[in-house]
Amino acid sequence: MKKVKTAQELKSLQEEIKNSRDPEKPCITICAGTGCLTYGSQKLVDNFRSEIEKQNLKGKVEVRASGCHGFCERGPLVVINPQNIFYQRVGLDDAEEIIKETVLNGQIIDRLLYVDPVTQEKILHEDEIPFYKRQMRLVFGMNGNIDPNSLEDYLAIGGYSALIKVLNGMEPEAIIEEIKTAGLRGRGGGGFSMGLKWEATRKAPGLPKYIICNADEGDPGAYMDRSLLEGNPYSILEGMLIGAYAIGSNTGYIYVRNEYPLAVKNITIAVEKARELGILGKDILGSGFDFDVLIVRGGGAFVCGEETALIASIEGRSGEPRAKYVFPSERGLYNKPTNINNVETWANVPLIINKGAEWYRSIGTENSKGTKIFALVGKINNTGLVEVPMGITLREIVYDIGGGIPKGRKFKAVQVGGPSGGCIPESHLDLQVDFDALSKVGSMMGSGGMIVMDDRTCMVDVALYFLKFLEEESCGKCTPCREGVHQMRLILERITEGNGKEEDLETIEWMGKAIIDGSLCGLGGTAPNPVLSTLRYFRDEYEAHIKEKTCPAGVCKALITYTIDPELCTGCMVCAKICPVEAATGEKKEVHTIDQYKCIKCGACFESCKFDAVKVS
Amino acid sequence: MAEMVTLIINGLKIHAPAGTTLLEAATDANIYIPHLCSNEELAPYGACRLCMVEITQGERARLVASCIFEVTEGLEVKTNTERVLNVRRLVIELLLSRNNKHPALLKIADELGVKETRFPVEQRGCILCGQCVRTCREVVGVSAIGFSGRGITRKIATPFMESPPDCIACGSCVYVCPVQVIPMKEENGVRTIMKYDYPMQKCRKCGQYFAPKKQLEYFSKITNLPLEHFETCVGCR
Amino acid sequence: MKTRVKKIIDKYHSDKGFLVPILQDVQKEYNYLNREALNLVSAFLEVPISQLYELGTFYKAFSLKPRGRHEMKLCTGTACHVRGVPLMKDNIERILQIQAGETTPDLEFTFETVNCLGACALGPILVVDGEYHGNLSISKTNRILKKLGKKVKIDEES
Repeated sequence: MKKVKTAQELKSLQEEIKNSRDPEKPCITICAGTGCLTYGSQKLVDNFRSEIEKQNLKGKVEVRASGCHGFCERGPLVVINPQNIFYQRVGLDDAEEIIKETVLNGQIIDRLLYVDPVTQEKILHEDEIPFYKRQMRLVFGMNGNIDPNSLEDYLAIGGYSALIKVLNGMEPEAIIEEIKTAGLRGRGGGGFSMGLKWEATRKAPGLPKYIICNADEGDPGAYMDRSLLEGNPYSILEGMLIGAYAIGSNTGYIYVRNEYPLAVKNITIAVEKARELGILGKDILGSGFDFDVLIVRGGGAFVCGEETALIASIEGRSGEPRAKYVFPSERGLYNKPTNINNVETWANVPLIINKGAEWYRSIGTENSKGTKIFALVGKINNTGLVEVPMGITLREIVYDIGGGIPKGRKFKAVQVGGPSGGCIPESHLDLQVDFDALSKVGSMMGSGGMIVMDDRTCMVDVALYFLKFLEEESCGKCTPCREGVHQMRLILERITEGNGKEEDLETIEWMGKAIIDGSLCGLGGTAPNPVLSTLRYFRDEYEAHIKEKTCPAGVCKALITYTIDPELCTGCMVCAKICPVEAATGEKKEVHTIDQYKCIKCGACFESCKFDAVKVS
Repeated sequence: MAEMVTLIINGLKIHAPAGTTLLEAATDANIYIPHLCSNEELAPYGACRLCMVEITQGERARLVASCIFEVTEGLEVKTNTERVLNVRRLVIELLLSRNNKHPALLKIADELGVKETRFPVEQRGCILCGQCVRTCREVVGVSAIGFSGRGITRKIATPFMESPPDCIACGSCVYVCPVQVIPMKEENGVRTIMKYDYPMQKCRKCGQYFAPKKQLEYFSKITNLPLEHFETCVGCR
Repeated sequence: MKTRVKKIIDKYHSDKGFLVPILQDVQKEYNYLNREALNLVSAFLEVPISQLYELGTFYKAFSLKPRGRHEMKLCTGTACHVRGVPLMKDNIERILQIQAGETTPDLEFTFETVNCLGACALGPILVVDGEYHGNLSISKTNRILKKLGKKVKIDEES
């Protein structure tokens, strides 16, 4: 692609590409986000490409590998255009059939259609599927229309129009006003006004100024940022370009988590292509504005998602946070004014510039505007990434979009905000999701992980899980976090092992408050949240563990036993074969038993019994 | 001339130069705030969290580490609220679980009304205040020792847990440690710090052992003066 | 080794700010943070060895010991956790006779836990040498390990 030197040239290029694309031309889009790749979708992509070659259709039919479409439960996903037919759970060998039947003959392959579990109806188009119907995929929806390695695809859907608008005569202060008015709040967990942050950084004395994209998404169970970075890296670059221009920065950093190789690859390619085109580098579009980006990989530390720890990491030090009595906007990277924002927050910027702050304000609630992408995972039928307007209820997300709890089990709680957040029980399902509503019930928006739990999830075990995670990820600098989280973990472990003491709950509550007050950074400052929120809503479960030494959900190993129901056992001997310690024994066609002395509670028998004869109590 | 700032600590009007920390301002005014990781010679660190105080700016009251927070005009500070005491009590109980023997810790516990720690005690001696590492880096300038690991496995370490190649055996880390857990001894012309031996230099004039050889070699290197220049003890020069 | 390390340092223009990426490249080059290489980095960049040791022990991406021929990463994200991953973890530790984060003495296997690979729809997930195995169960794990040469009991029928 030739370099563009003015806004007009870029606009013409956009038009040229748009016009060269025939909307009626058949196009097969295959989801190649990490989720679907795990299903083997790369093979599917390759199969489509080789079939097209074989049938001499190259140039007549487009094959596109796109980023994540969000409906991860139903992958591999394939969308056929121009008819907009949505195929799910596509077999890796279905390429030939799809091309022959649907692309060339316009025939629908019924077995690949989504079936509504309630009406049993077969659904043809993506936006009619319940999972997608209630979503508002303003940011994430673009993934399905572009190949992340193709800058042309992004331009074809109007990409970089916001950049053109900005460099064509918007003053930095006006840009900041627009973002402030729009009410965009940080999507990484802090929820702080992006506009105010930009303004503070712009006003702070000192040069150079830096902007950073925080892609160190570390919340276990959250992968929105990864999918955005993998699927539409250009939107993030566009957001950063606009932000840098508004703030007065010439250097940007994108700090990507080490565990996201595909995201690193795609953003690296996007940066290279942007440089080739001339929208990164010197004198962008003839505006006199220079800007370029450095991609830095994380070292495998959750704490580096915290602003000041991230900065320390870029400076070549351990990811130790520092107290934020002076904000990074004043003294950040290399002690210079620095603006850090999350991936999703940056991705919202071009939208606001293109469609205006007033439009953006029409979506969401009073204090939380716009949409939010959530990773809906756990005990839920429709696992995937969902983008919804702020203000939608949890019930709608879990049931209308998520399709409810699998295997007919009962909803118990949903964890929002990851290790810094809290569990929300059934009584609050009608809560309208926004920053403030979530804080009120003891949780927080966090980065967007939404983990659904059913009646077979033990809340004490969940709290213990988060404490173990935080204990391992704590940087170790300050006493309340390093020692406090460790001791809390020990207490919870004792409780799950049946060694809980009466005073433990009081101790936990006292410690929790002190750790929140005394910790140096947000990791320690929010570490007690999962424990405190589960204690708030599920105190009876804690008490059952301590007083009765039982685990009502049947999870805590020390408190459960595996037994074989003699009425259901058929003597098939599968459990005996798989038991690693020979605790499950029995003769062929005779009822089997489990020797409780030998049993190590590994769960292998429970998993392998096809007759549901192994019971947990 | 530094600009003076007026603030209120525990109801008392205090004047302090701009740029000083709350801890410094309080200490100068004879107001006691317990602390373990702060040291006048070192940059503020804010790790032990004993020095927390409650500040009110406008409507909000929050807790900050007084060893890092700089004085501002009109700031209202309270050093002993219930919230503050709770944090200090948790911190001292947690530190006691690592070292319940040293008088410096027992004294602070006593002041806070903490008789013993409710947490299981695992004697480790070191309270991870970091003064040794920071002194070696900021004052001595050789960074011979550092931290290793993170979280609860964090500890003071020599590179690869072996004899530190950059150590000049000055003993600063030993002196600065508030709980005196870095052992040092001198015998037969050898200084031993932790478990590493450093031969001492005999004075050319009086023949007494007076400094580790490595320390003198270091001085020679950074001043570009010949080693012989340093091989006489201070008394004999 | 001197030339290989110098090449890495030159790639980052001998900038101390790029210490972490430099170490990542060293780790990639030698499969672990080779001590000699670290000493060379320390000398080239004039950075104290204690600082490199601190970085090497702080970040999980680094290993100061040689890693195994096969890398096994088990996702222990929240979604996978509620789908029963702790039982998978115990199972693997039992078969390999090492704890998560360690390498077997014969340098065949390195087993680690990772906090969320972001493929939650297919949880639990085990990544073996870069290949993702979703919908993990104990029998599936055993089959994978058997293929890699470990002696395990597997469920013949499923």
